[in-house]
Amino acid sequence: MGRIKDKFRRTSAGTSAANQHQPSRRQVLKGTLALAGATAGSGVIGAPTIWAQDIKDIELRHVGVSYSVVKAIGDQAAKDLGFKVTMQNLDTSAAINRFITQPNSVDIADLEGWQAKLAAKRGVIQGISVKKVKEFDNFLPIFTKGELDGQKIPRQGISPYEAMYIEKADSTDLHEGVTEWATFLPQVYNADSIGYRPDLVDHPVTEWKDLLDPKYKGKAAILDVPAIGIMDAALCFESAGLIKYGNKGNMTKEEIDFTINKLIELKKSGHFRATWTTFDQSVQLMAAGEVIIQSMWSPAVAAVRVKQIPCVYAPVNKKGDKEGYRGWCNGLGLMKHLTGKKLDAAYEYINWYYTGWQGAFVSRYGYYSPVPSTAKKEMTPTEWAFWYEGKPAPEEIKDPYGVSMEKAGTVRDGGSFLDRVKNISCWNTLMDEAAFMNKRWNDFKVA
Amino acid sequence: MRSIVKAKRGHAGWLLILPLVLILVPFFIVPIIGVIAASFVQSDGFGGIIPSFTLDNYKSVLTSQLTLQLYWATLKFAVFAWFFSLLIGFWIAYFLVFHVRNQLLALGLFLLCTVPFWTSNIIRMISWIPLLGKEGLINSALGAAGVIDQPLDILLFSSLAVVIAYVHQLTIFMIVPIFNSMARIDKRTIEAARDAGASRFDIVRLIVLPLCKTGIALGSIFVVSIVMGDFFVVKVMSGGGSASVVGAFYEDIGVLQYPTAAASATILTVIVSLLVVAILRTVDIRKELTQ
Repeated sequence: MGRIKDKFRRTSAGTSAANQHQPSRRQVLKGTLALAGATAGSGVIGAPTIWAQDIKDIELRHVGVSYSVVKAIGDQAAKDLGFKVTMQNLDTSAAINRFITQPNSVDIADLEGWQAKLAAKRGVIQGISVKKVKEFDNFLPIFTKGELDGQKIPRQGISPYEAMYIEKADSTDLHEGVTEWATFLPQVYNADSIGYRPDLVDHPVTEWKDLLDPKYKGKAAILDVPAIGIMDAALCFESAGLIKYGNKGNMTKEEIDFTINKLIELKKSGHFRATWTTFDQSVQLMAAGEVIIQSMWSPAVAAVRVKQIPCVYAPVNKKGDKEGYRGWCNGLGLMKHLTGKKLDAAYEYINWYYTGWQGAFVSRYGYYSPVPSTAKKEMTPTEWAFWYEGKPAPEEIKDPYGVSMEKAGTVRDGGSFLDRVKNISCWNTLMDEAAFMNKRWNDFKVA
Repeated sequence: MRSIVKAKRGHAGWLLILPLVLILVPFFIVPIIGVIAASFVQSDGFGGIIPSFTLDNYKSVLTSQLTLQLYWATLKFAVFAWFFSLLIGFWIAYFLVFHVRNQLLALGLFLLCTVPFWTSNIIRMISWIPLLGKEGLINSALGAAGVIDQPLDILLFSSLAVVIAYVHQLTIFMIVPIFNSMARIDKRTIEAARDAGASRFDIVRLIVLPLCKTGIALGSIFVVSIVMGDFFVVKVMSGGGSASVVGAFYEDIGVLQYPTAAASATILTVIVSLLVVAILRTVDIRKELTQ
């Protein structure tokens, strides 16, 4: 529970001694390695620089939520890099609990911004040297300047930019602005909004307040992960003009009380058919006709459509201070116990993420890469036009596993990458008043 | 001589309980001491603890209106699940023991009762959803028959759905001990009662029920403690519309409030223990088991 000492951590002296043995063996097999790299033909920028004999015994355990830690991606990385990668999935709260209470059982922590802030505070992760990240200069300015296309990225909640940097490798407090050390490096992110059935909702939804419309009483649902469910609710209430929040991502007790009381009122009037906690539940609710409008994630909307049921992802573009998407971002963190070759392997793994394959993969279900320039190379012009440029799909769009998703001519809900990401108005978070908020959320649940 | 034998016997006793001790101490006693210890310290709000003794966690849990509501909600489910699983379990066991003459057939039917339990809890629970949903089998059938013109919302994502899932999952825990108790009832007692002119109802009331009190008590302990400690069935079947004691402190763990969660867990353990003690007071299990 408290800070757990890493008894397996090697001393730096030990590590450098081990390294001194390498050169002779390394030179002997250098030729073989180059050959192996060439025949693998993986097209990876920067073939493994660690000695092949040593890395094949290395196993990296990458732990996190299912929509971010994906087996197919781990398998491809293992194939390209020559060491073992094990992907383990947990839900958001189980994941952060594991990082903090059993840090040695994880090598690569898949962190959201707020989790990175916590993990740094607890000292379970080590700073990532951004100099060792080859594509770092090509990261979008969202992550290096806190802006996109010349427009500041909002700071309600915990934006990835805000949570990314620390001053020194072992700092526990965040630093404003780019430094040499990162808490986590973004790998996948998106903008969440509302999903609805266009055949049963009589107008195009562009505002969060439609989720509260009494017309949809008993046919609406909301996300039941307290930390972000309350933000969806806040977006609704703000949209309806009931309240103006100072910071939806870090509410005061009064704001929390107002929000929860409103939610309880709605619940008692029978407004919510259900609340959902997992991706699959949200898909089921919509596909089974239980709800016709609910807070939802982009790939979940796609999953409903694959079942031949019409479903639209509402473009909730900002209107003044109202509306906007709730953004989230998951990234890679290095656990503190990583040293020596395993740490080298972890850096190889991080660098692999930005070579394009992974970026293209996640883009095919509607998420984004922090380095679109490399992802683009791995995508077809059709895919690029549809997912990033918001243009009508020149031909049929398939998901990462080859299943047909959208017909030719379809335009992505919400439009282009810039249209969607620039309209993020708040980020997933853990509020200062999280304990209080949680208690009040339980009031809502039991009401 | 005698003392040596006695000493040996003593050792043998220790040896016999050793496996149980080896399991209980590291996997039960130690963790629960950890939980209790954690319930008396403060949280630093970042998943860490401040190791100074405090009663604040208990104070905040025990003085909160929320705690009462949560226990009320969970106890309500426990009572309903207990009542219906007892009702169904008792009659199934009764049928198997007293109405199926062929003992092999009775045993076969008894095993048949366990077949649904070869698959996971989660599957058994989730399979109710397509049956009870708005566009589910029951609503479609009722709609087609013209009984209803609007689908019944109450079937799914409701307290009713939670109770249905619990009863489905837990009735077996009633059947097994009650069947066991009933099978031990001397059939001649029943015949004698019948000869003496007792009605079927009297036989159940005056002979069968008292003689399977132990089975009922054991079954009740299973059902009540499982429902009190569950959060998943409530979460899924109520569609997130209802909360539970465990669900609430699971959310605390989600925001790294370990000490509060530990205090809630300790309180729940005490309350469930008290419930078990209360149930055990109605029967002498030791006497029954050594018969």
